[in-house]
Amino acid sequence: MRLKATLVGALAAMLMAGTAQAETLRLLTWGGYAPEEVIRLFEEKYPDINVEVTLSNNEEMIAKLRATGGAGYDLAQPSHDRIYAAQYEYNIYKPLDLSKIDLSNVEPKLLAGVKENTTIEGQVYAVPHQWGTSGLMTDITKAPDIKSWGDLCDPKYKGKTSMRLRRTILLGTAFAMGEDPFSAYSDLAKYQQILDKVADKLIACKDNIKAYWKGGDDLSAMMLSGEIVASETWDSTAFKLYSQNPNIRFVPPETGALAWIDTFAMPRKAQADAAAYKWINFVLQPDIVKLMSASTGAMASIKGAQELLPADKQEAVKAAFTAEDIDNLKFFANIPPGVEDMEGKTLEKIQAATSN
Amino acid sequence: MRSQRDIRRLSLFLLLAPFALWIVLLVALPQLGMLFLSLREKIAPRVYEYGFANYVSFAGEPIYWNTLLRTATMSLLVTALALVIGFPVAYYIAKIAGRRSRGALFLLILIPLWVSDLIRAFGWILLLRETGVVSSLLQWSGLVSGGIEFLYTDATVVVGLVYTVILFMIVPLVSTLDGMDEAMIEAGYNLGGNGFTVLRRIIIPYAMPGIVSGCIVTFMLTAGSYLTPILLGGKNSSWFTAQIYDQFITRYNWEAGATFGVLLLAFTSVVVWIGLKLSGQSLSTTVARS
Repeated sequence: MRLKATLVGALAAMLMAGTAQAETLRLLTWGGYAPEEVIRLFEEKYPDINVEVTLSNNEEMIAKLRATGGAGYDLAQPSHDRIYAAQYEYNIYKPLDLSKIDLSNVEPKLLAGVKENTTIEGQVYAVPHQWGTSGLMTDITKAPDIKSWGDLCDPKYKGKTSMRLRRTILLGTAFAMGEDPFSAYSDLAKYQQILDKVADKLIACKDNIKAYWKGGDDLSAMMLSGEIVASETWDSTAFKLYSQNPNIRFVPPETGALAWIDTFAMPRKAQADAAAYKWINFVLQPDIVKLMSASTGAMASIKGAQELLPADKQEAVKAAFTAEDIDNLKFFANIPPGVEDMEGKTLEKIQAATSN
Repeated sequence: MRSQRDIRRLSLFLLLAPFALWIVLLVALPQLGMLFLSLREKIAPRVYEYGFANYVSFAGEPIYWNTLLRTATMSLLVTALALVIGFPVAYYIAKIAGRRSRGALFLLILIPLWVSDLIRAFGWILLLRETGVVSSLLQWSGLVSGGIEFLYTDATVVVGLVYTVILFMIVPLVSTLDGMDEAMIEAGYNLGGNGFTVLRRIIIPYAMPGIVSGCIVTFMLTAGSYLTPILLGGKNSSWFTAQIYDQFITRYNWEAGATFGVLLLAFTSVVVWIGLKLSGQSLSTTVARS
């Protein structure tokens, strides 16, 4: 009899726990994009939603969702150029219901750009969240004349520069060589020619590179210790370092910094759509954006986002960008199917080539 | 009588079930899945065909098989170094150290394993980077003037890997050498052998099963390692597991990634088989003795 009572009690407790946490919102996002403080405020406002965060990056997000056919997560945050091809090939997202998102505050230019990039058969698959750029970072006391992607290969700084061996540097180098890789996406044979030229240039440049960085942490360590004086970088990493050493500046390359927009997209088998829309609307509110930007170091896609950055980041942005630099931004173009393979082969070729 | 036999059979079945499940679900099935995936080729988005195209493209691309050969050569080097360094240590622990200090020594060898691979690799990075401990010490002592970069070379990768895997060489060696009767060594000396002859004719043949099983484990672990070569390796070094990661994750090419995985398994198995043939051991004797 006692046992039965205990069992019933336990069952009741489990049921109650079940109703108390009716919904779980499983986020698949970048490091810093779901700070503790924001989650706490969100769960305070919606006590019946429980937020679970998985940190990832563009490639792993697609791999994870592809493995399950779009199950396992309720909201993902891929960059705007990584949605079209992934959706087209693997069918891992579902269209968004824009009427459920409060877009009144969103910067119209960014919204239009993301919509244009992620509309498939008339349906929109993503809305913008945070944006930032990739460009150059330099210690102005040691390498004041770094202006272009190609300057990383300047023999003056032999063994003192770094880059990440990923597609950004391929595109940047192509721009620096006077090509327009994004317009060549429609003509893959031409794009291959550009890639071959870029590969030759970057292989010749290998001598100049100390090491290819792999993540924000090893890049920061090399830059702060002075082991390198200039590097290709994400602007957010450079802004973080600026607060520790104001000589380290972000430099938009003269051909234009490459801009990315991290978006909200809904996996095809997401199970908490309502909660996901609540999260999107919640984090786009200006006072939440402030917390978010302090954690990501990137700018939110809402009007007046620059004023919502923390003071030291605002200063870093001002030291880096002029109004012309902003006009000169090059937004990453949609990656058509097949390009990833071509770029991957090129990167392998560069990695495998020998240098001193 | 009959029921007793049934009980014995049932208990055997129950004992083996977790092991069999583990082998089938976690080892055999995923490998079959990989093999299956590797035979699939993508001709257009969402259109697939079956064939050997992935293997053909592997053979046709020198970057890929060069990386595989490089990985195998460096793994063999690591295995050899681990054996050369690990053998004296194992011999000391098993034969020379006293009963009481033996446990303490064994523990000392095990302690680094409590820390994850990642942390150990970062330890090496802190020591060896240009502004790291070793370089700073050398500058401070006046031996060199500028900072020296020890990181990002193949030598660093080898050192890091030997450090990571040497434990798996020492443990089987200790357990094999432990079983050796001291009288055999004494007899060797009594019959006029010098230290080298005793080592070559008595100790090494006796320890052979331990040596071979240690080498197998070390080689397999090294060839399949990912973190250490990635973190310590330089701009020219590529490791085969990194290629597999790139194919799966950054290039979305699961078919090629699976092909590489199957090839790595096949290639390392062949190397191990050759090693067994050359040393005159068989898998069952080495596993049973060590």
